[in-house]
Amino acid sequence: MEFIAPSLNYAQLAPMLIVLAGALIGVLIEAFAPRASRFSSQLFITLFALVASLAALFQVRNQSSVDAAMGSVAFDGAGVLFQASILVIAILAIFLIADQENFTALAASVPGSDEEREAVQADLRVTEVFPLTLFAIAGMLLFPVASDLITLFVALEMLSLPLYLMAGLSRRRRLMSQEAALKYFLLGAFASAFFLLGIAYLYGYSGSITLSGIQESVVGGAGNDVFLLLGVAFISVGLLFKVGAVPFHAWSPDVYQGAPTAITGFMAAATKVAAFGAILRIFYVSFANAEWQWRPAMVIIAIITMVFGSVVAITQRDVKRMLAYSSIAHAGFLLAGVIALSKSGLEASIFYLFAYGVATVGAFGIVTLVRDSSGEVGDLNRWSGLGKRSPLLASTFALFLLAFAGIPLTSGFIGKFSIFSAAYESGSTSILIAGVLSSAIAAFFYIRVIVLMFFKDSVEDGTSVIIPSALTTITITVSAAVTLILGIYPAPLIDFIATTATFIR
Amino acid sequence: MTTSTSLGYLIALPLAGSIILLLAGRKADKWGHLLATALSASSFGLGLYQLSQMLRLEPEERAFTQKLFSWISVGTFNVDAGLLLDQLSICFVLLITGVGTLIHIYSISYMSHDRDRRRFFAYLNLFIAAMLLLVLGDSYLNLYVGWEGVGLASYLLIGFWNQKPAYATASKKAFVMNRIGDMGLSFAIMIAFATLGTVTFAGVKEASESASTATLTGIGIMLLIAAAGKSAQFPLQAWLGDAMAGPTPVSALIHAATMVTAGVYLITRSNFIFDAAPTAQLLVVIVGAVTLIFGALIGTAKDDIKKALAASTMSQIGYMTLAAGLGPAGYAIAIMHLLTHGFFKAGMFLGAGSVMHGMKDQVNMRRYGALGKFMPITFVTFGLGYLAIIGVPPFAGFYSKDLIIETAFNAGGVKGILLGSMTLFGAILTAFYMTRVMVLTFTSPERWEEDQHPHESPILMWLPMVVLAIGSVTTGYLFTRGDALVHWLEPVFGEHGEHTELLPHKVVSALAITAVIIGASIALVKYQFSEVDAEAPNKVSILTRLARKDLLQDSFNESVFMRPGQVLTRWLVKGDDNVVDGTVRLVGRTALGAGAELRRTQTGFARSYSALILIGALVLIAGIWVITQ
Repeated sequence: MEFIAPSLNYAQLAPMLIVLAGALIGVLIEAFAPRASRFSSQLFITLFALVASLAALFQVRNQSSVDAAMGSVAFDGAGVLFQASILVIAILAIFLIADQENFTALAASVPGSDEEREAVQADLRVTEVFPLTLFAIAGMLLFPVASDLITLFVALEMLSLPLYLMAGLSRRRRLMSQEAALKYFLLGAFASAFFLLGIAYLYGYSGSITLSGIQESVVGGAGNDVFLLLGVAFISVGLLFKVGAVPFHAWSPDVYQGAPTAITGFMAAATKVAAFGAILRIFYVSFANAEWQWRPAMVIIAIITMVFGSVVAITQRDVKRMLAYSSIAHAGFLLAGVIALSKSGLEASIFYLFAYGVATVGAFGIVTLVRDSSGEVGDLNRWSGLGKRSPLLASTFALFLLAFAGIPLTSGFIGKFSIFSAAYESGSTSILIAGVLSSAIAAFFYIRVIVLMFFKDSVEDGTSVIIPSALTTITITVSAAVTLILGIYPAPLIDFIATTATFIR
Repeated sequence: MTTSTSLGYLIALPLAGSIILLLAGRKADKWGHLLATALSASSFGLGLYQLSQMLRLEPEERAFTQKLFSWISVGTFNVDAGLLLDQLSICFVLLITGVGTLIHIYSISYMSHDRDRRRFFAYLNLFIAAMLLLVLGDSYLNLYVGWEGVGLASYLLIGFWNQKPAYATASKKAFVMNRIGDMGLSFAIMIAFATLGTVTFAGVKEASESASTATLTGIGIMLLIAAAGKSAQFPLQAWLGDAMAGPTPVSALIHAATMVTAGVYLITRSNFIFDAAPTAQLLVVIVGAVTLIFGALIGTAKDDIKKALAASTMSQIGYMTLAAGLGPAGYAIAIMHLLTHGFFKAGMFLGAGSVMHGMKDQVNMRRYGALGKFMPITFVTFGLGYLAIIGVPPFAGFYSKDLIIETAFNAGGVKGILLGSMTLFGAILTAFYMTRVMVLTFTSPERWEEDQHPHESPILMWLPMVVLAIGSVTTGYLFTRGDALVHWLEPVFGEHGEHTELLPHKVVSALAITAVIIGASIALVKYQFSEVDAEAPNKVSILTRLARKDLLQDSFNESVFMRPGQVLTRWLVKGDDNVVDGTVRLVGRTALGAGAELRRTQTGFARSYSALILIGALVLIAGIWVITQ
């Protein structure tokens, strides 16, 4: 039997390979390096890998090929933009993760056990979180550029498995954190099963597992339409689960609340970019010509998601749960970009994903700072009057909330405006109406938090704002600056996206 | 049209002064007033230089333009921040900076005991900058910026001594009444943009040739409202009297010589609109005629020297407005009266300030008397201004007012006779109330309160008064010699054809002088040759009583505008509470209720979540199935 060596375009794969290499080195550090030096060397390796990856990506930013890895990876402008967004968000999130206060001392110990107490006294750290994060990032980088269904599935699992673990690493309320991790894992596995089933049906439909192969079958119209229907539906379930669209959203409030806040921020921002990248690629490349089949259903899901997320967010009293529902609503808004199925829809989605991701990391970064003696304070009522005690922090949080609400002079406004106009141009008036209405509802609870912080008397119950570490400060400052700049002067980024964002088939 | 690069400095110099003085804080207390005065003077120097530049060119080429930057660029709507210096605006530039500089000098001494003198000078410089922008803007939108700027400066200066609640209220009153006028201006700009598609003077002028009369009438009426607000013309005149709460130099500069004449500038600048909209033009004449009588009547009854002068200002601007409403024949004459008035009225206000300075801030003329002996320079300069305003030849006011009366008579028909008679009657009243001011203050027996030691003011105060007095004497002759000013302004206003003269020029002059003699004689008999009470008598005719109450202008405003306005506001608030907020609350409650129900799906059990996913998947498949079949 003759062995054919695979031809790989290493330059185009370098961003992913560098991150994977960083992760492997991280594993070696965990295994062999002395405990005392682990944290600093892990942090260094992680940041180095991410920055090097970003640099490698920059080198090949103008290339495109369907053949980066034997037809399994499509390297194109849109892919570059997704990967760059993920890397930027990941770097910002790593600064938050580096604040190890949030993590349990020993993940394997039973909550409340002697073992845990000893680990706390020994000041142990879960430095494993760094290689785990890098593995997840590698999966995320692969997810939006995968061009066959098997690679897509591998990427999905690669990004999901580390996240399941990371969700369970919270230092405080460990049972809740572990419950969240388990829930996330079980439901994630369930959704993966749907995804696999979808792959099977699509293979049955077209006899191909590549996205372009499926597209050819759709255009040719030769296959069994029932298989296509089931394939689209099942694949959608798997992907919509990842972005938290209704009715596949139920995990997200519980997981957002249970996971360590830094992880929540990373997950909410980076996973969304990766998953929407994949959704956009599949629907724009493979299913574009079967639009009549899936579009009405997707419109309904988008509308339900927006409305549900916005309406339920109103009743939330925990800041992380509120942000979780807000992220559900944003998934709905982003689906408008998928439905638009046009170049402007793609551009708007990319801008929106980047803007939302950066603001999300910043917002969760601020959540990590509001604490009392037993850890972070999630109860929104105890945030009241924060604006009087910590005006700078509260103003920054208000800025992120305004960006989520889509108020002008923030990046959120530009994102929402462009994504809704793209949807409107493609004829989806119902999306536009639902989007504007649920934005109005959503604005209510964002602004309620702002009112709470600035116009209510503060409560004296030990809630205080800790002085952020230098890294956290960087993350929050950069996120706030990006949010503001993209709101005031978005033209350069919009132009760059417009010239770059294309899917290669 | 010639492009220029130096127009911007005219505005930039005083603007820089105001910024420096405001930002430097107390550090600038020692030199702030000097800097402000120097900057105002350099602006004046620059103005003179521009004038010399203009004189070197042919009349048609004397207009300078300068584009500062592109201000608004939305689609096809482009507005540049551009300046226009032509024969009309140079008159204003020199008046504003010239009189402005004199008043700066005067204020150095007048305000020397005020601990906030620096702030005062900062505001004065701000005013000069804004006023220059107003007259130099090349579009209605640029003018509007200056228009609001002078409104702000006026507000700040009227309320300069805002530690006294009455003064703060006065500044608020002026501000609010000005808002009505400002609304008029913004509506005019909106109509111009919506119908003509441009807001520059040149563009509107060009477009007005083909625009409908209805449009132009609409714009014209809105401009008139704007002018009435800024120039204290009927029915928006009520704020001017109260504006006298500001320091006297402010009254001289803003509320006599410059800002209050901005309305006249606006109307004459928009001559092309009013020429094509006879209805609006007629309204201008009516407003001017009513105000000139209205102000003069109020002036006859005021005992407060500044309020008497303010009423006189109102009346004199009425003359200008009337002239501006008479079309091409009147524009240049309106401007001429505006300029001469700028000299003599500013001079008299400074004189009043000088009197107050020597009389411990007493403003009641019934407590003055015989001050001519103690303040000779003030007496002479004020006296020259007095002769100018009542129209004694050969002083400035005689020439300009005489021309207005003549033009009014020549307007033709019943209208001409009516307007001519009103201007003549106004002249009688003017002579009466101004003689009254003069006599009560300077020549009648003294009626001082205890402990008064009147004295002449220092040189920094009387020097500007002397300069202005020279202007009051000479300008009228200079402007009319060979119709100098009329010809100068011809490129802006166009030539006006010959009119059929109703009355020969000499007859009009004779009538005007007779009017002066009648008015002055009555006042002399009443105040110089008979006893004057130190307290205002109570047993007076109903007309006097009305005039003392400003002809009920405040009661009128209260009952016609304020009370209905308050009722309307209450209804609007109710409507806002019940309808607008009600809807919002309903949406909020619905959403809240829905949220409370929907969150019950969030049980926390992984099994129900996975059931939800399964059901969702099935519904999705069913949905796609139904759609595709």
